Amino acid sequence: MTVGILSLILAVFGIVGFFVGRQRAIASAGGDARKLHSLPMYHGQSVFLFTVVPAFLFMLLWLLLQPAYIESRVTSLIPSAQVNDDAARKLAMADIRRVAAGLDLAVAQGKLKPDDISTMRADFTDLRGRLAEVGVALGSGVSQSTFVAAKEYRSLTSVLTTVKSVLVLLIAAAGFVWSLSRISEAFRARNVSETFVMAILILASLVAILTTFGIVFSLVFETWHFFTLYPASKFFFGTEWTPRFGGGSALGILPLLWGTLYVSFIALVVAVPIGLMSAIYLSEYASKRVRTVVKPLIEILAGIPTIVYGLFALITVGPLLRDYFASPLGLGNSASSVMTAGIVMGIMVIPFVSSLSDDIINAVPQSMRDGSLGLGATPSETIRKVVLPAALPGVVGAILLAASRAIGETMIVVMGAGAAARLSLNPFEAMTTVTVKIVSQLTGDTEFGSPETLVAFALGLSLFVITLCLNILALIIVRRYREQYE
Amino acid sequence: MTGLSASSAAGARKGSLLAQDALTVQRNASETRFKLYGIIAITLSMLALIWLLYSIFSVGTPAFRQTFLTMPIELPADKLDKSGTRDLAVMSKVTTVGYAAVIQAALEKAITEKGIPTEGMTAKDIAGIISLEAPAQLRNYVLANPELVGQTIDFEVLANGRVDGFFKGRVSMESAKLDSNIKPEQLILSEKLVDAGIMAQRFNWGFITAPDASDQRPEAAGLGVAIIGSFYMMLIVLVLSLPIGVAASIYLEEFAPKNRWTDLIEVNIANLAAVPSIVFGILGLAVFINFAGLPQSAPIVGGLVLTLMTLPRIIIPARAALKSVPPSIRDAALGVGASKLQSVFHHVLPLAAPGILTGMIIGLAQALGETAPLLLIGMVAFVRDYPSAPMQGFFDPASALPVQVFNWTVRGDPGFVERASGAIIVLLVFLLIMNAVAIILRRRFERRW
Repeated sequence: MTVGILSLILAVFGIVGFFVGRQRAIASAGGDARKLHSLPMYHGQSVFLFTVVPAFLFMLLWLLLQPAYIESRVTSLIPSAQVNDDAARKLAMADIRRVAAGLDLAVAQGKLKPDDISTMRADFTDLRGRLAEVGVALGSGVSQSTFVAAKEYRSLTSVLTTVKSVLVLLIAAAGFVWSLSRISEAFRARNVSETFVMAILILASLVAILTTFGIVFSLVFETWHFFTLYPASKFFFGTEWTPRFGGGSALGILPLLWGTLYVSFIALVVAVPIGLMSAIYLSEYASKRVRTVVKPLIEILAGIPTIVYGLFALITVGPLLRDYFASPLGLGNSASSVMTAGIVMGIMVIPFVSSLSDDIINAVPQSMRDGSLGLGATPSETIRKVVLPAALPGVVGAILLAASRAIGETMIVVMGAGAAARLSLNPFEAMTTVTVKIVSQLTGDTEFGSPETLVAFALGLSLFVITLCLNILALIIVRRYREQYE
Repeated sequence: MTGLSASSAAGARKGSLLAQDALTVQRNASETRFKLYGIIAITLSMLALIWLLYSIFSVGTPAFRQTFLTMPIELPADKLDKSGTRDLAVMSKVTTVGYAAVIQAALEKAITEKGIPTEGMTAKDIAGIISLEAPAQLRNYVLANPELVGQTIDFEVLANGRVDGFFKGRVSMESAKLDSNIKPEQLILSEKLVDAGIMAQRFNWGFITAPDASDQRPEAAGLGVAIIGSFYMMLIVLVLSLPIGVAASIYLEEFAPKNRWTDLIEVNIANLAAVPSIVFGILGLAVFINFAGLPQSAPIVGGLVLTLMTLPRIIIPARAALKSVPPSIRDAALGVGASKLQSVFHHVLPLAAPGILTGMIIGLAQALGETAPLLLIGMVAFVRDYPSAPMQGFFDPASALPVQVFNWTVRGDPGFVERASGAIIVLLVFLLIMNAVAIILRRRFERRW
């Protein structure tokens, strides 16, 4: 039974439960709903919740754990020489899955009988040819151990799927019977189902915690794995980045970090003056009509997907900078450069600076402006000497948030900054960043378990920690500032 | 605040007795300068927006038009169906090479009928103005309509990407001389074919419906698989994040006691909203693909990753919407005997619904344009088969709109740059529709208290 059908059965079961529960509650009160403690609807709802929710959660948990369990059982069948490391185990599992899927298909098309499979041996029959007939191409012949493992995989999967369906339905039935048996005239169905709903609400808000936990756990776990293969000191202080998939690579984070910070710095040099001045003009000078038109237009910049900026950098800004600045000045002839990525990213970050600064400038009490103007200061003097100093912590917070955004940005640098890791000051040279290298190390055919792949997790963790620190710092500053004027 | 600008206007008027001293002149000049900086800043950001959109649209709009050749094609029964039984199993043994010959013959016949000179051109050169994809399309068409064999049909075939680029101004006679894929003679022939009415440009539905095509055939590449993949992912994000997000924000806004634990959850959500999206991609790779064993490139994994990413971005506006419902509503409900949960679900939630939905749509729009996490979970794969219908389709390999754009930009043929920009126009149209819906919702239903 597939998950979809099982969910459908659960839903139907629950709806039936709702009506049965409701009916039973009315019947228990002798047809007079007024005698019940709770409305009949709540009796139905309690049956529905107890029938559906535990069974559904159980099913999700099972789905999450089943593959790991099957893998551990199946790999024990393969000679240990083939599965001594992570990468080999992944490959072996992929083979097994492929053979198993081929067998399933062959049975479904009637080319093989289930009994044949149990008596078949891979060393005697041409399994590869038989599977190719049903459209499953195998790279090499199938060894007997893989075939046995694939058979085990199939039988385990089918057994576990059946067991899952039976257990889920049993749990649903148990919930149904139990909750139905509780229904009586005095049963506090509303309180019970409200407590239940409350639990669901709390569970939902835990998803956020769970996500953070998942991020931190997966990053830390694989990073630790990486550091057992590659010394941490060389990673953090190495000035060379030359991954070689044959081994013997130098994986120092410093050139990447330099590229990241350089690009972000240029982005901020572009975005902070423009964003801040726009915010000041919009909140202090602009008429209401200008404001209602211009503000949403600036915010459109924040709504445009980063892939669009990436393409813009690639086809327009990059060639332009190369042809009109870099080449004539003799600074390089690469279209992808720190400058390209930095300028485009700066455009992207403008709205983050401007709308946050706008909010913060607006939060400065009017009385402070009035005081300054009353003493004879011009509006610009008021802004520079009174409003901005008062708003400064908030503006710094906004800039920090923009910086964290720029550091974590991926698509613009992938398409605009280049792929060469180098420590250089020339902004028209192609450099690379942490995010670019995460993408390039984790896409394509990668062997999981080699330091060249695992380094992406260490890079991800570094990125996560840097942006997290910036975010928390910015949040604290903005929060403090808000409290000051509330 | 807006009134401030008026006060500075009272400078030295003509005919006034008041003479400004040097300091005042200087201060007023600096006032004007400061204001000018503001105007320049706004102009610069507007210009950046216009420049961005102009560069994408000017490169991308040609992708919606495509050059086709329309000509009568004879489908000889002796070549395409040797058995004469119209048996599909037999007919499918004829490969695209056989169909290429059929198309080539039809083109040569059309050229001689119109009396177009082709001196100095080999048969291969003449066939070269037709797309490599055309035989496959004709083959699929014939296999779908086997009764047509033996007849002569009017069929539309794609022109080669370079020929198409010539009519769009991307390829010139000079560049063709240096290009090994096209010869100037072929372009001259194409011009004559246009004059003869055989070759023409028209709106290119294939760009929106067709699947991706290989490196050599930018003219045939389309967005069909990517649009379906993106649609599936948005479906998953909607179904998962709407209930979870609303439930979480109700708990945090209405019920959570103020203590360390809920403070932790709140800080957590605020931080998750600012975590770089690529980190979510790493999470998806580690948890959903490596641990849970879900297939790579599948919309289900993309949908789950985007759900986790979108959740905090939905919870924040949803909480703001709940907060904006005045306490008097809750008090009134509680006053007439509703339970706390009833007051929320019967009164507060319906009143906050427009705000929550607006936040949801904007969150979805952000998820639709997200690229980086999808790269890590293998959505960059080259996928030509349409995913099947849900639920099975959620587990089939698919592409996504923004990833398709990225995919096309890394290919060699310059025709793909046009395709990538065109794909962005499609993506922007979807985003525009979603945001317009959000704005309309907000304008029509949001209540100010």
